Amino acid sequence: MKKLINAVDDVVKEQLEGMAVAHPDMLKINFEPKYVYRADAPIAGKVALISGGGSGHEPMHGGFVGMGMLAGACPGEVFTSPTPDQMYECAKAVDGGAGVLFLVKNYTGDVLNFETAAELAYADGIKVQNILIDDDVAVKDSLYTAGRRGVGTTVLCEKIVGAAAEAGYDLDQCSDLARKVNMYGRSMGMALTSCTVPAAGKPTFELGEDEMEIGIGIHGEPGQKRMAMTSVDEITTLMTNEILDDGPYSRTVREWDNESGTWVEKDIVDQPFQAGDEVIVFVNSMGGTPVSELYAVYRKVAEICADRGVKIVRNLIGPYITSLEMQGCSITLLKADEEILKFWDAPVNTPGLRWGV
Amino acid sequence: MVTKDQIVAWLENLTVVLTENKEYLTQLDSAIGDADHGINMDRGFKKVKEKLPSIADKDIGNILKTVGMTLISSVGGASGPLYGTFFMRSGMAMAAKEELNNEDLVKLLQSGVDGIVQRGRAQLGDKTMYDTWAPTLETLNAAFATNDNTIEVLQAAVNTAEQAMKDTIPMQAKKGRASYLGERSIGHQDPGATSSYLILKTLLDTLVEG
Repeated sequence: MKKLINAVDDVVKEQLEGMAVAHPDMLKINFEPKYVYRADAPIAGKVALISGGGSGHEPMHGGFVGMGMLAGACPGEVFTSPTPDQMYECAKAVDGGAGVLFLVKNYTGDVLNFETAAELAYADGIKVQNILIDDDVAVKDSLYTAGRRGVGTTVLCEKIVGAAAEAGYDLDQCSDLARKVNMYGRSMGMALTSCTVPAAGKPTFELGEDEMEIGIGIHGEPGQKRMAMTSVDEITTLMTNEILDDGPYSRTVREWDNESGTWVEKDIVDQPFQAGDEVIVFVNSMGGTPVSELYAVYRKVAEICADRGVKIVRNLIGPYITSLEMQGCSITLLKADEEILKFWDAPVNTPGLRWGV
Repeated sequence: MVTKDQIVAWLENLTVVLTENKEYLTQLDSAIGDADHGINMDRGFKKVKEKLPSIADKDIGNILKTVGMTLISSVGGASGPLYGTFFMRSGMAMAAKEELNNEDLVKLLQSGVDGIVQRGRAQLGDKTMYDTWAPTLETLNAAFATNDNTIEVLQAAVNTAEQAMKDTIPMQAKKGRASYLGERSIGHQDPGATSSYLILKTLLDTLVEG
């Protein structure tokens, strides 16, 4: 294993120390327990958006803390969920009285830890909501699995709902918008190489020189299928078609009811993309793939969308939700309506995403 | 009667047992999960051990609740909130108690398992820790109906738990990270079902010690 690290156990801590000295204008770091929060938090009267998850996906989530995006982020160990005490302490630090929205990627550990945190925060008098991101079309079925994983749509949702919170949306409005963005977004990822978790010291899986893994998540977990390596046009066609041809997806999610102080279950169904839809396209690097190759991917996505009558109205291209040094990419399509576009275009000022300021 | 000292001894013994089984649980988890269950449980119960001396004179409910909070904040993954909730709920059910009769003991375990089910939404046959606990609680209730010898009844429950743990081998996982493997999860014993067996077995061993 060759990495720019000192000691394996200090990887997350030293990254946070670096962020603190690099961006004191935007964010602050608490170390016991670990969380990143806006330098100007709490902001009175505004909903605070918090996300979190395992480290190793940078710039997500800590790099998205700042004006117009996240109020706080809770980093776990590499690829391991953070714990509820981090989320709870972070919620107390950033709540400006209008409540806290936890954006949670759908992995069992993340979901259970964030649910526990929501109960703790609620017991402290903080209004809370948990909205799940589950957009990975590589997982076909929700009945016999833990459901679709949360991937690329997470970044778009943090940007859009962060802007809405900044604009003064209340907790219910922010929650409705986050749920909508999740339902409108679909993603698919692929890997050319594996990645090495520092604590493990060796690659999570082995991929031959002439192989690729299609339908991966963001932790090097198994994908949908292993295939022979082929051209960027063929790979992009396969992934984009999988997203555009994906049928309705239904599952039951659990959300918090602040009136009764209990969890309530909701059945949610995503509708497929249609000709005539306007979309935001997000082409993401898994960490090791250069931007030049992402543009080759985007070129083909744009061609396919044009052929199928889907109009691309915005795009985001670069490494935003990564798996350490893995080579590979993910493609996300998000159906965009007027509300979504308004908040997508709104100013944002974070270490990882910045425009309009 | 189960005394407070025996409950504290159970928790201390768990620290030892989970360290001994760290590699084993991690090995089970590497087959169908993310290879950290043993590491996470060991880390969590080492923290519990650090906390125990400062809470050993509190009531049983208080002790169990503190164990729950400690696990929640130190284990991570899915097992942290699940076992954390188990001990939190069992602690709430044992509030202010200094010793436990048989009825309390069943209530302690039942409340904890109810917490696991509520948190994890697992159903019987999903290949989770609940697959160990559900038949075990049935045995416990049935056996106490005709026998008030705590150790004999717990022995019967441990036998059921051991079989139930092994019964997870042919199951296909429907919850947690193992569920993404689909049929490939068949043929492996569930790590959570295994640690649950160890928790119950350690309770029995502690009471047998006296």
